[in-house]
Amino acid sequence: MPNLKTRPDGLRESPMKQVLAKADAERATGDVFAAARGRLPGVGLVAQIRARAFDVYKRAGLPHRRMEDWKYTDLRALIGEVLPLAPRPDAEALVRAKVSAKQVAADQAVKLVLVNGIFAPELSDIGRVENGVVVRSLREVLEDSATGAMAGLVLSTTSDSAISLNAAMATDGLVITVNDGNAVKRPIQIVHVATGSSVSTYTRSYLQLGKEAHAAIVESFVPAEGASGYQANDAMIALVGDEASLSYIRVAAAASDAVNISSAIIAVGARAKLDLFSMTCSGSISRYQGFITLTGEGTKLSANGVNLVRDKLHADTTIVVDHAVPHCTSREKFRAVIDDCGRSVFQGRIVVRPAARKTDATLTSRALLLSDQAEADNKPELEILADDVVCSHGATSGALDDTLLFYLRARGLSEKDAQMLLIKAFIGEAIEGITSENLRDFVTVETERWLQARR
Amino acid sequence: MVAVQETIERVRRIDVDQYRYGFETLIESDKAPKGLSEDTVRFISAKKSEPAWMLQWRLEAYRRWLTMTEPTWARVDYPKIDFQDLYYYAAPKPKKTVTSLDEIDPEILKTYEKLGIPLREVAMLEGVEPKVGEEDPARRKIAVDAVFDSVSVATTFKAELKKAGVIFMPISEAIREHPELVQKHLGSVVPTSDNFYATLNSAVFSDGSFVYVPPGVRCPMELSTYFRINERNTGQFERTLIIADKGSYVSYLEGCTAPQRDENQLHAAVVELVALDDAEIKYSTVQNWYPGNSEGKGGIYNFVTKRGDCRGAHSKISWTQVETGSAITWKYPSCILRGDNSRGEFYSIAISNGFQQVDSGTKMIHLGKNTSSRIISKGIAAGRSQNTYRGLVTAHRKATGTRNFTACDSLLIGDKCGAHTVPYIEAKNSSATFEHEATTSKISENVLFYCIQRGLSQEEAVGLVVNGFVKQVLQKLPMEFAVEAQKLISISLDGSVG
Repeated sequence: MPNLKTRPDGLRESPMKQVLAKADAERATGDVFAAARGRLPGVGLVAQIRARAFDVYKRAGLPHRRMEDWKYTDLRALIGEVLPLAPRPDAEALVRAKVSAKQVAADQAVKLVLVNGIFAPELSDIGRVENGVVVRSLREVLEDSATGAMAGLVLSTTSDSAISLNAAMATDGLVITVNDGNAVKRPIQIVHVATGSSVSTYTRSYLQLGKEAHAAIVESFVPAEGASGYQANDAMIALVGDEASLSYIRVAAAASDAVNISSAIIAVGARAKLDLFSMTCSGSISRYQGFITLTGEGTKLSANGVNLVRDKLHADTTIVVDHAVPHCTSREKFRAVIDDCGRSVFQGRIVVRPAARKTDATLTSRALLLSDQAEADNKPELEILADDVVCSHGATSGALDDTLLFYLRARGLSEKDAQMLLIKAFIGEAIEGITSENLRDFVTVETERWLQARR
Repeated sequence: MVAVQETIERVRRIDVDQYRYGFETLIESDKAPKGLSEDTVRFISAKKSEPAWMLQWRLEAYRRWLTMTEPTWARVDYPKIDFQDLYYYAAPKPKKTVTSLDEIDPEILKTYEKLGIPLREVAMLEGVEPKVGEEDPARRKIAVDAVFDSVSVATTFKAELKKAGVIFMPISEAIREHPELVQKHLGSVVPTSDNFYATLNSAVFSDGSFVYVPPGVRCPMELSTYFRINERNTGQFERTLIIADKGSYVSYLEGCTAPQRDENQLHAAVVELVALDDAEIKYSTVQNWYPGNSEGKGGIYNFVTKRGDCRGAHSKISWTQVETGSAITWKYPSCILRGDNSRGEFYSIAISNGFQQVDSGTKMIHLGKNTSSRIISKGIAAGRSQNTYRGLVTAHRKATGTRNFTACDSLLIGDKCGAHTVPYIEAKNSSATFEHEATTSKISENVLFYCIQRGLSQEEAVGLVVNGFVKQVLQKLPMEFAVEAQKLISISLDGSVG
């Protein structure tokens, strides 16, 4: 194929341009996979799974606006190409990563650090992992022939091409197993630190929570000093056992010119309790997509989230809750605060399968626009195939309420303080759903940090 | 909660097997050769004795259509349509030139009589008691344009409308008699390149209604078009253009039925509304095309593009639709709120049964300042049907002070059907206030409280509020179906889901 750059300008504007551009980007991605292959852990079955996943990705290409689920986040237009795989972090990178990881550490948490997509045991609290919890690195699991059977589960994909790309390219991650009946006292915090520039990283973690087990997982995404323009693609596969209880908090604060794509595929058993919270507060392009399937009766799900958007951040949160069985309850609360030229996207879909009688599902999504260049896109979808259910959704968007501002100002608050108070209350509605007080404080501190920068 | 028995019974009464308009009129007709080519387009244009610019317009649309592909994003599923296996033009063969109603083929008159459509002005004027089942008290003077397959067969009350300055005629006549108006507005709301079916319609549309209401005129009566597909294997492609000039008002009603057949038939219409400064257009539809039998065989594919342009300041367009027919419905009556302070409304009741598939909703595109819109949609799915509400509300960056309120409820009867809601809400400036809700109890706490305080139950109160929105429009529907439609609206809200 002729090199585009050598062509005269007139030709580049032809209708063929897009087609060529797509082909070019795909070829580049193909190169990225081919170049990385030797460094990806796992042979035999694992390598086969990776090749298959890559094929799926290659057929669809980068997600674009013609794909309904990616309508508002056109990666083909926003990113254009996939950057080469990040190198293994060197000693210098680990030093920088250590500083960042420390900054975001949650109180009392057992910290597990991934630097540029590679597990860094020297920065992690491996020694503090509690009894009844087994933590291994993904690399170790994929390279261990005895656990080969797990590969299919750990590297599972959906029709989503970003997840397929992740399965093909995952360099490392954490495989965490919590034994049946085990109540883990301290939260487990997975910290993703990006240290590179103009590279891509891929991690994939797997969590298996046994029957009647209790655990809290915190996932943080931060850049180390000097990291810029990177692309992080992460995935979490979680199985929550019957009568188990899981709190799962995710806070994404990528570098201001970085891309963060995170996916979670979660299956929940019977009479379990899942408490999910996701927050995005910086970066250039961010997409969080959670696919939660309720596979056992009597389960309660709460899936909340906040997008705090400023500058030119494009933050997309997409949550799909699939009620596959009867008698489950799901509650979703999503809030977006958008300033400057930011754009927040929220897509929430509730699916109620024909068998899922007595489902009780609600979803509310609210957006607060603080500037005239801000944009909020909301798509709260319902897909209901059973008749004996209660489902509802609500969505609003608008500016701060003038009468409320006036009320506060009349009581002596400055304009900024009054706004701050109202924004805090607005976000608080989603945060108060977090059951653990410690984790609620942890998230509140993060939101405070965002709000302070507004001053 | 499950649906209450009363609701179930009412919906069953309009089940696909109960289709009352499924008869066929045996009448000789004049058809274009089967299939679609430039020659078909020329044939239709020649049949209508159209000026050259119109033919050119059609041909351009046809050429563009050849480059387009069918949309697949809607939640509907059907075998591929063979566009070469259709007749694009069918007209009842005229026995001689028709000068008055009495000379119209009595078979056609009988058809409309059977459908309950008043084509005889006399009967109406003298207040002769209508036939059985037409006890609707709201019945009054309505001008009707009756479209039979591809042609308009009669338009009533033309003289009286003319006195008021209102032009109401088949669009084919308007192209000849008022080319300046048609040329200026045709395709200005739904351009020929808009979408696959609109482009096809632009190339082969055969007839439809044209309305022009001059400045400051309040149209003295309801205008109505009744569409009837009769011929086998034909597609009906009608085009409606309504222009409400400054400060005018018009209310327009549309009804449709088709015979019962095993094959699927295509109906791809385009409706364009233009409202200038301070004008108001009220557009109501009772869509009752043949929905197919209880095994899902046959029925009409209703792929329609309807769009209104609130071009002037303070203009208003209101869409009301009662959708019970068609095997597949794919339509999104939309409002482009271009003029400052303009208003768009969409009230819809979509009832699907049997194997029907409905993917319908609206688009409210706020471009002007202080524009407002309201969407009230109720979907009821029974049998093995799929009922989807798909709606877009968007505020442009410069559309400050815009407001939207959306409420969409759906009700499922039985466990083989599905109800889906796909709203797209896009706010591009901070002063746009959008509210979208599906919880019936939240319509307006104040109003509900008021009702409950006066002794109504919660459910009665909610029913009262929702009915208040739609009832006044529905009561004005002229066809006997309006009575039935009204009953359907009063369906209990028990068991409704988002």
